[in-house]
Amino acid sequence: MNEVELEELRKRAEAALSKPAAYGPDVDVTQFSVPPPPTSYEEILSASSHLLASVGVDLTGRGSAGTYLQVDEEAVEVEVRTPGLRVLNLQQALEEGIVDGYLWRAVPVDADKYTAAAELFGRRQGYVVIVERGAKIETPVQTCLLMSAPGAIQAPHNIVIVEEGAELHVVTGCLTMMERAGLHAGVSEFYVKRGGKLTYTMIHAWDEQTHVRPRTGVVVEEGGQYISHYVNMTPTASLQTDPKVWLVGRGARAYLSSVIVAKGDSVMDVGGTVYLQAPDTSAEIVSRAVTKDRAEMIARSLISAEAPGVRGHIECDGLLLSNQSRILTLPALDAKHSDVQLSHEAAVGKLSEDQIFYLMSRGFSEDEATSMLVRGFMEVKLEGIPDELRRQIEMAISMAAAGL
Amino acid sequence: MLRIEDLRVAVDGREVLKGVNLELGASEIALLLGPNGSGKSSLIQTLLGNPKYRIKSGRILLDGRDITDLPANERAALGLGAVFQMPPKLRGIKLRDLLRRLAERSGADYQSLMKMAEEMGAAHLLDRDLHVGFSGGEVKRAEVLLLAAQRPRVALLDEPDSGVDLDSLPVLGKSIRSVISQDGDRAQERRSALVVTHTGHIAKYLQATRAFIMVDGVIKCYGDAQAILRDVEKYGFEGCLNCIFAEVRRD
Repeated sequence: MNEVELEELRKRAEAALSKPAAYGPDVDVTQFSVPPPPTSYEEILSASSHLLASVGVDLTGRGSAGTYLQVDEEAVEVEVRTPGLRVLNLQQALEEGIVDGYLWRAVPVDADKYTAAAELFGRRQGYVVIVERGAKIETPVQTCLLMSAPGAIQAPHNIVIVEEGAELHVVTGCLTMMERAGLHAGVSEFYVKRGGKLTYTMIHAWDEQTHVRPRTGVVVEEGGQYISHYVNMTPTASLQTDPKVWLVGRGARAYLSSVIVAKGDSVMDVGGTVYLQAPDTSAEIVSRAVTKDRAEMIARSLISAEAPGVRGHIECDGLLLSNQSRILTLPALDAKHSDVQLSHEAAVGKLSEDQIFYLMSRGFSEDEATSMLVRGFMEVKLEGIPDELRRQIEMAISMAAAGL
Repeated sequence: MLRIEDLRVAVDGREVLKGVNLELGASEIALLLGPNGSGKSSLIQTLLGNPKYRIKSGRILLDGRDITDLPANERAALGLGAVFQMPPKLRGIKLRDLLRRLAERSGADYQSLMKMAEEMGAAHLLDRDLHVGFSGGEVKRAEVLLLAAQRPRVALLDEPDSGVDLDSLPVLGKSIRSVISQDGDRAQERRSALVVTHTGHIAKYLQATRAFIMVDGVIKCYGDAQAILRDVEKYGFEGCLNCIFAEVRRD
């Protein structure tokens, strides 16, 4: 990108730096500092290896097609092990000029103060993954964003490009290991070209001190597929995200699943939006929210039907495990064309006494019955992913259930 | 083996069992008959320890041990097992996983359970969420498999034949028979069963020895299963109400 374009982005970002997000508690982004590069990553990594394992990151790189590991604002490991695939950090990708048409195209730089902060305070880190035309990469690329510096901001800018007819699985593990408040404002822009397929699995394990504001935009072309699975396992000071998916080519398809555990004093506002802009596109959004303690959870979803022959379905269920917690589900369907099929179902409540008694009568203790039912509630359809990744997600969900 | 003494039970403040006395011997298979709403299912739920069924008075003894106040899981550990008439749907819990966990505890042979599922035409249910979208007959087959996995010493079957089409009845009946008549590890550990049946269809597969008739929350009469079934067929439960032998042993 040339200087003029970069300057233009900077100006727009500056103008948006105090613009609050539409949803979620407002956070003062200026109170967080850009962390200095740590002197030694080895210590941080070895101290967090079990945490990394819990979000599905294997530092040996076994079983993955490539690895991107970022600590704070520094890419510490960038590796690619598979032909047809490129994994690099954003800085390098910009230097090579290979993401010029993609930077801030699926997410506006001035969407809100968090995108602005990512542009202004981020150090052009974040992963860029590109799969060449027709290459089907069967093992996942693992990426990990680790926060270690207290009071700091982490603002990676990630770009994934799946070229025509290519296939890619990305699994991202995000976590914190620090004792003071931090802000994660990651930007992710994904581009799925004609007939391509991207599955994106995100496993979050933040802590009670961290504010999390991921901003994600996805553009899917004709016949392409975008499938995302999101698991949030741990309490978080606040989390607000609403990934937006544009299906711009005929027959494109999106499936978004999320399993969110909110406990302690967490405030979570998790959405998913799909715009069906081309004929015969379809989307399904499935979410499961479990709250405990005093947690507050808002589960939003919107499917907007803007072309003929499109289909969309939303399924959002909530389970309250305490009387002090709250779940608000807001499934929304927006039809701008008559030849569309849109539907939603939502159920919110507590565990049924009949179910608990039933399992107890089969010999399970009340605690066992409860945890079996909670785990069962969190079950979602995991589609389009390799078995190993499926096991990984199932393990993350089980760990999240066990923590309740 | 199972002894019920003057059991009075209320649900939502309404008395549903009004002094039930019943005794089930070791390795005995008994039928519990009666018109709709007479309290048969309430008795089964109470025996299993459903907290909604509040025991006002009376006792439940299993092998002489008072289990009246035990929670459901402890009753199960002592050997009670059930086929529910209308079990809840358990989303996200696969029949196969539940069978495996139950078999691990009870020592039931998992492979034999799989074979049994095959024979019952229930293999297609194994990887589905328990009872979610199951037909009436499928619910019963899954329940019987779960009962088998528990290896109960006293099986309580609540209308295992309701909602089952007549063609599937012989297979289901045979399976139930094999579950409840199976010898335990030791010969003296033969199982007992109390089978609620509204229609009596299942009775001929079970070789029941005795039958109880429950009317309006009490056991009106009991006696030889075949004789009682014959009488009920002839006179209906109305006949039982007017029977001069009511509450008198008839065998």
